[in-house]
Amino acid sequence: MAGIPHDHYEPKTGFEKWLHERLPIVALAYDTLMIPTPKNLNWMWIWGIVLAFALVLQIATGIVLAMHYTPHVDLAFDSVEGIMRNVNAGWALRYAHANGASLFFFAVYLHIFRGLYYGSYKSPREITWIIGMIIYLVMMATGFMGYVLPWGNMSFWGATVITGLFGAIPGIGDVLQTWLLGGPAVDNATLNRFFSLHYLLPFVLAALVVVHIWAFHTTGNNNPAGVEVRRGSKEEAQRDTLPFWPYFVVKDLFALGVVLIGFFTLVYFMPNFLGEPVNYVEANPLATPAHIVPEWYFLPFYAILRAFTADVWVVQLVNFITGGIVDAKFFGVIAMFGAIIVMLLVPWLDTSRVRSGKYRPSFKWWFWMLALDFIVLMWAGSQPPQGMVPAISLIGATYWFAYFLVILPLLGIFEKPLPVPATIEEDFDAHYPPKDASASAAE
Amino acid sequence: MIRNTILAALVAFGMGATGVAANEGGHVIDYSFSFEGPFGTYDKAQLQRGLQVFTEVCAACHGIRQVYFRNLGDPGGLELTPEQVKAYAKEIEVYDKELDDTRPAKPADHFPANTSAGAPDLSLMAKARAGFHGPMGLGINQLVKGMGGAEYIASILTEFTGKTKEEAGSTFYENKAFPSGWMKMPPPLEDGLVEFADGSPNDVKSMAQDVAAFLMWTAEPKMTIRKKTGFVVISFLVLLTSLLYLANKKLWAGPKRKG
Repeated sequence: MAGIPHDHYEPKTGFEKWLHERLPIVALAYDTLMIPTPKNLNWMWIWGIVLAFALVLQIATGIVLAMHYTPHVDLAFDSVEGIMRNVNAGWALRYAHANGASLFFFAVYLHIFRGLYYGSYKSPREITWIIGMIIYLVMMATGFMGYVLPWGNMSFWGATVITGLFGAIPGIGDVLQTWLLGGPAVDNATLNRFFSLHYLLPFVLAALVVVHIWAFHTTGNNNPAGVEVRRGSKEEAQRDTLPFWPYFVVKDLFALGVVLIGFFTLVYFMPNFLGEPVNYVEANPLATPAHIVPEWYFLPFYAILRAFTADVWVVQLVNFITGGIVDAKFFGVIAMFGAIIVMLLVPWLDTSRVRSGKYRPSFKWWFWMLALDFIVLMWAGSQPPQGMVPAISLIGATYWFAYFLVILPLLGIFEKPLPVPATIEEDFDAHYPPKDASASAAE
Repeated sequence: MIRNTILAALVAFGMGATGVAANEGGHVIDYSFSFEGPFGTYDKAQLQRGLQVFTEVCAACHGIRQVYFRNLGDPGGLELTPEQVKAYAKEIEVYDKELDDTRPAKPADHFPANTSAGAPDLSLMAKARAGFHGPMGLGINQLVKGMGGAEYIASILTEFTGKTKEEAGSTFYENKAFPSGWMKMPPPLEDGLVEFADGSPNDVKSMAQDVAAFLMWTAEPKMTIRKKTGFVVISFLVLLTSLLYLANKKLWAGPKRKG
């Protein structure tokens, strides 16, 4: 796919020409910043900048926190309290970092659901989508290991439960779990490797983010209308787009400001609201918390993990067919990872030719059901598995898989989409009509 | 419509589930404290009374090892004078590794850990317990009431019923605030147990709130500076965001034909 035609950097002075022949770095920066961007992008296209900010915030605060943190089972908890009490503004760094993880996931979920609604994953943006999903997986690993570092009691038991998932794999499970933990149980070796990886993975994320941006700068942004920018000539493209700088930079920064007002209100006025109180008790292998729960951003998948208990007929059937190799525990693990895998495969599961959900009357309903399902699963994951919770989790998990594996493939065949605007310009003009029609015709 | 029906059903089920989970314990009283809300600060006199209750009663079994004696002079907290800090520390024996013996504490020492009676360290207890969990176990009411750690501690101290039971060779004391309803700690306070120099009320309820406030401070000693910084940060962000709003509006006026 040819890029969108636009003006490129032209070295003018002697020095610029000299540098450009040796390292076209100014051209790279110019072309990246001036990329033609669909002018009809709405406010759901601002989460990328929030995510970029979150990554930088986490790396910047994290590097300083690492200077004062001690990854040892006897010292980790007290070193975190040392940061809170004795390091200059250490409390601000730690609260920003701990809540920064929530900002990161909050933004990534809105970013992902925006992509699901507007069909951002569809051809030719499959690679952008898949890299995004890999980013999300690496984020989850980073967030999980970061949560273990303060060595609170939920850190310890969360780590025990999550690494136990690998132990559920038939045959190699026990060996794999021991290898991951560096011993028979979550202990000093585990804490040390988690610290090492928690420091490494954000830089892997940064590299993946570069590839993610590279990919969609190659295809061009998707947009709410879901139609492509016209690429016949520069003039045509200019009618559909505006340069990223200054139009979208200023817009995104304004949106970032609004998000940060909310974020820093959380950090400075209720920093422990999203945290688990039990994590202010030091890790104790002899005292299991009454109710082991992960952080809020893992809850929907935790609910899916717990949904498939031994009394569910699908689990019993699979257990029977596999001769007992796939038991309820392993089934749950497969379901949890499967719930993310189906998202990864969505470019090929969605059969509709229409990209944007705006023009898909039935899809809209199913999509909002999925968004609601996500919230219901989040709630179910936070509750003890009793009363109606297992049933609700099972219904929620079933809908999650049904949406990706049944509803999306069939909708593309049976749904009658609404007419789609011919161009981005047409979509934009419908929102912001030209002042008089003749002027528009002359354009 | 479908969504609304499902939501209504969920709310109904959720309430049912919470009803099942509730038991005889966990009734936390919403005591009011000076440090609640975005403008709340610690009451210096109350923290000092709380320290006295802690020293004379709680310290018999509990430690607060995260707190250093010098912290007693920190701004936004008890704000004892350096002489008062020294005098207070001197009365407490701490273990010195180099002497391999105990000696009177200095401001640079931390409060001794105390696990002699198997009692938990209280440094962070006010953040390690949430008093409020509603509605439906979501904890959203914490946005209004606060986490409720101090309320939980004060309630534990005031909600003993006086009933006891023997189980597996231990005595348990009934407590309406404790999650299971029965706890191993005997009621530590009684009216008039501690004499305050300024004659402040020393009934169980007052002392419970004083020591709960003190333990909130030991858990979150930087709260005052945190909130102060917060106002500066938020004011700056509101100003910056307003300017960005205006810049964005002006910038897009052309393309949106609003110029």
